[in-house]
Amino acid sequence: MRVFLLLFVLMAPAWAVLPDERLGDPALEARARALSRELRCVVCQNESVDDSAAPLARDIRVLLRERLAAGDDDRAAMGFLVARYGDFVLLRPPVRADTWVLWFGPFAVLLVGGVVTVLALRRRAGGVGPQKLSAEEEVRLAALLRDEEGRR
Amino acid sequence: MGRWVYFVPLALFAALAGYFGVALFSGRDPRELPSALIDRPMPAFVLPGLGDGGGVTAAGLRGGVVVVNFFASWCAPCRVEHPLLLRLARQERVHVVGIAYKDRPEDSRRFLAELGDPYRGVGVDRDGRVGIDFGLYGVPETYVVDRAGHIRKRFVGALTPLVVERELLPLVRALERP
Repeated sequence: MRVFLLLFVLMAPAWAVLPDERLGDPALEARARALSRELRCVVCQNESVDDSAAPLARDIRVLLRERLAAGDDDRAAMGFLVARYGDFVLLRPPVRADTWVLWFGPFAVLLVGGVVTVLALRRRAGGVGPQKLSAEEEVRLAALLRDEEGRR
Repeated sequence: MGRWVYFVPLALFAALAGYFGVALFSGRDPRELPSALIDRPMPAFVLPGLGDGGGVTAAGLRGGVVVVNFFASWCAPCRVEHPLLLRLARQERVHVVGIAYKDRPEDSRRFLAELGDPYRGVGVDRDGRVGIDFGLYGVPETYVVDRAGHIRKRFVGALTPLVVERELLPLVRALERP
């Protein structure tokens, strides 16, 4: 049992970022980590550059740290990679005119669907108002009223 | 308002599903990334040469239609496509330039000695930085560059006879036309 526990503890955090890649400056290193979590590893494609053990991901981590150490701000460092690999390297697609459908399409469907549902419910509620009696009912009602009068 | 409003959400959903469906089922391999550099200038680079022929630079390639091929001795698909590069260079007289990606020069030399050398020049990209400048994400990758030095197409993975016949050669010929 103890052995298992020990194994679990050893298994837990397997960081792909290797000690020799880390920057001396903790603030800069933290920025690099945050950025590399937003970058897609183009080799493995569904892993971030931060998680990936692929050699290219390592190269990109090192490159990113170099850019930051050279004084690039976050936007410039990311722009450097987007210029080479396209928007695909960004795990979070940018919000732009050509991605509006992606970002807002589902909400538009929800909104329009909601409006139509409300309209439909309202119409149904309004539809069950007082209705005129049928001719047969009128006759029955008249008979009932007559009976009532006769008893008095 | 008529009953047609009830179909608006359905129509909207169908439009969205269609929009995403086209992208999903167009037969495009989503793993095959479009290059961010299509119709953009080839990245500037200066690389030491593999042989005695001197280095390879982006500026030095300007003026002719060039096929730039990233390869490595440790890359198995590179061996597969190599005969095609030899054919391109020898029979079709296409200007092919090699970039040895993250490979030891002695290994690259042995690779070319064994399989034949289709390249008019080979640049040595030891740390893979030129590869990153090209947006490379694996070897082999092959780029067609026009006279003005603009990247016109990228082929990811090993070239096949079909791809060379139907896409690469026609493009090179079209670009070569004055």
